[in-house]
Amino acid sequence: MHLSDLWFILIAVLWAGYFVLEGFDFGTGILLPFLGRAHDNDKRVMINSIGPVWDGNEVWLLTAGGATFAAFPAWYAAMFSAFYLPLLIILVALIIRGVAFEYRGKRDSDRWRAGWDSAIFLGSLVPAVLWGVAFGNIVRGIPLNAAEHFTGNFFTFLNLYALLGGLTTLVLFTLHGALFLALRTTGDLRARANRTAGYVGVVAIVAGAGFLAWTEASYRASNTSGEGIASVALAALAAVALIVAVFLNRLGREGAAFAANAVTILAAVAALFTALYPNVLPSTISPAYSLTTANAASEARTLAVMTVVACIFLPFVLAYQAWTYWVFRKRVFAPAGSAKRPTSPPPSPPRPATRPS
Amino acid sequence: MDVLDLSRWQFGITTVYHFLFVPITIGLGFLVAGFETAWLRTGHERWLRLTKFYGKLFLINFALGVVTGIVQEFQFGMNWSAYSRAVGNIFGAPLAIEALLAFFMESTFLGLWIFGWDRLPPKVHAATMWIAATGTLLSAYFILAANAWMQHPVGYTYNTKTHQYNLASFRDVMFNPAQLAGFPHVIAGCFLTAGSLVAGVALWQLLRRPAIDAGQAVAFRHALKAGAITAIVGAVAVMITGDTQAKLFTTQYQPMKMAAAEALYHTATPAPFSLLTIGTLNGTRPIFQITLPRLLSFLATGNWSATVHGIDNLQAQYQAQFGPGSYIPIVPVIYWSFRIMVGVGLLAALIAIVMLWVTRRERRARGMDHAPADEETVVRIRGTDRAWWRRTLIVAAVILPLLPLIGNTGGWIMTEMGRQPWIVYGQMKTSAGVSSNSAGEVLASLIIFTLLYGVLAVIEGGLMLKYIRGGLTSEPLPTYGSPPAGGPEDGAGSDTGSGETAELVY
Repeated sequence: MHLSDLWFILIAVLWAGYFVLEGFDFGTGILLPFLGRAHDNDKRVMINSIGPVWDGNEVWLLTAGGATFAAFPAWYAAMFSAFYLPLLIILVALIIRGVAFEYRGKRDSDRWRAGWDSAIFLGSLVPAVLWGVAFGNIVRGIPLNAAEHFTGNFFTFLNLYALLGGLTTLVLFTLHGALFLALRTTGDLRARANRTAGYVGVVAIVAGAGFLAWTEASYRASNTSGEGIASVALAALAAVALIVAVFLNRLGREGAAFAANAVTILAAVAALFTALYPNVLPSTISPAYSLTTANAASEARTLAVMTVVACIFLPFVLAYQAWTYWVFRKRVFAPAGSAKRPTSPPPSPPRPATRPS
Repeated sequence: MDVLDLSRWQFGITTVYHFLFVPITIGLGFLVAGFETAWLRTGHERWLRLTKFYGKLFLINFALGVVTGIVQEFQFGMNWSAYSRAVGNIFGAPLAIEALLAFFMESTFLGLWIFGWDRLPPKVHAATMWIAATGTLLSAYFILAANAWMQHPVGYTYNTKTHQYNLASFRDVMFNPAQLAGFPHVIAGCFLTAGSLVAGVALWQLLRRPAIDAGQAVAFRHALKAGAITAIVGAVAVMITGDTQAKLFTTQYQPMKMAAAEALYHTATPAPFSLLTIGTLNGTRPIFQITLPRLLSFLATGNWSATVHGIDNLQAQYQAQFGPGSYIPIVPVIYWSFRIMVGVGLLAALIAIVMLWVTRRERRARGMDHAPADEETVVRIRGTDRAWWRRTLIVAAVILPLLPLIGNTGGWIMTEMGRQPWIVYGQMKTSAGVSSNSAGEVLASLIIFTLLYGVLAVIEGGLMLKYIRGGLTSEPLPTYGSPPAGGPEDGAGSDTGSGETAELVY
């Protein structure tokens, strides 16, 4: 195996990690106005359930971007400039969402909080859709000319297949968020998250199965190679895991349901990347213009340096991120009498917790 | 404006904006970690209150640093795709390593710090801030190494077939002499920036009316001392490292940038230092100059009678070397951004020294012995019985945190615009690096980012002022706890659990 293949796999892993982790952040944000409508406490509990981890989750995206830049400069250059407007919209969404998490509780005003709640909702909804649209277009291919320049426009991206991809990521991440909230909260909120996951799960099964079937039927780079067959198998695994996740949710097995849905996302991303291989960005103008793991990759020395760095440091990253999840593993619920955030925490020892009424 | 100009404006605006928050994050992270460690070491509650107070300012600032940083990582590919394609082998590596090593570290450990007050043992909690701060420092190293390569490319080979720069030596890229000179300069600037913020806020608190209570006054006096000393040490380090860097760039790497910074048009032996140069608007020639003889030769080389190359001579030399075209940056911008950087840096250091002086304890001045009762009751500020001096100090306290921000901006404008017309010095021109996107797309993103950043700046500034005005709150002692033993909780048991719950932080 070439180092460039290893880096293709590693970038797929980074994207998969990003979607598994940020997926439930997005889902929580999307569900904020629906599950958190009763009173502000529910909203705060939802936001706090992802509070310690959302920023670390987002770094998976930055690492995927950086790794693409270093390992496949031509891919990074062609993809990021081609998807200029979608990425601009995603960036704006991620900016307002990130600021919203940090600033929402910084003023005691309903208008202030309502504004940031909208920012969290939109800042989660928009990327959840657009990442699916973007990946649909990456797998399907975009009009790249011989100079590796994108010759389409914004509407090139709005094809039915990619839009179905957008719907798939939207419902899949929303489901992921609902399963996460059912696992991480208590009481009424937990019950509502569980019910919501049931409804969203059905839509996710339909959209996800449709999108993956379409991918395997029409956009696999190879029908006969090992990768082509593996892609079908991974898509099937994703579909099965998704059905299992919805079923486990019905049974109230929250941890297992969340884990099964994580497998769904991992397998779906793996299916897309194996369908893409050996391309990294196919050209719809001519296969000769397609960017591949071979023609887009960095030289061996860069890849070797990057491989050594990744082998040394990735285990540390995984270890301390896992530790963070361990530290904050307890369910989040609102302390009594904290319907509104006090400007300064009341000077008292920790109180026994009660559910918000 | 064409795509090139629009892309340059966008990069300039988004990067300068991003770097308003970065130095505060880097410097203040260490100061907050220091405050928390002081609280653990001494047990004085004031250190905890300071940790929380400056920690809030840190987080308000950090939020914008993070979200604007995502744009930085993406816009190389979005707006500078030809550049990215050509240099990704070398330039991409530090960016990827920065994300893997530093961004994960900052974000994860900061999450632990924010939410971990009642989840982590005290020492572990303090350690998370030290680790997060170290992450910011690592991040700075890698991104500055990438920038240093654009300023002074080393450790590469050029493939004429693929038109790509390939990595010849990773070590050379990481330990680029331009980086070894530039990194300490930037980091020293970060400590000057954060120290100034801490000291400025503290002095304002000590001078505000109605006066804060004695407990707060004692706490802010400590903060002022810590901040002012940090700022002064930072300023001295900025000067030393700046001098090293200037000598390196004048004599070896980018004589044109330094000639422009000094508005030295003709090669001179020895060269005079320009106190004031007024040139034509396009900067092609000087109209009026006041100079000090020989000083530039000394500053630039350490030798009073050395030759310093001038703009016109370098232009002729580069035309012979690289072909026709202008190799002169916009001289007035470089000249003034350089002077603004140096000027505000010196002014900030001066104010910090004055602050230390006016808050010196009276007993020391009189040579009295340490009197604990005195410390707990009175914090005097010298000369404030005179109204004009008090007003002057308030103005100084307010502008001090802003000065390094102006200086940092001036420094980056000088170093980046002074490199023009090159994107990689001597190798690749900026005009060759831009993406082939339409001007309309780039104009749209330029407008959207500028408006969005403007709105966020107003919101951020409002929050900073709110929390600065709020002063120290009487914090409850943190309920530091070790993570409870036992497996992950699943099911209804955790509804009551061990009977403890975290405050909702957000």
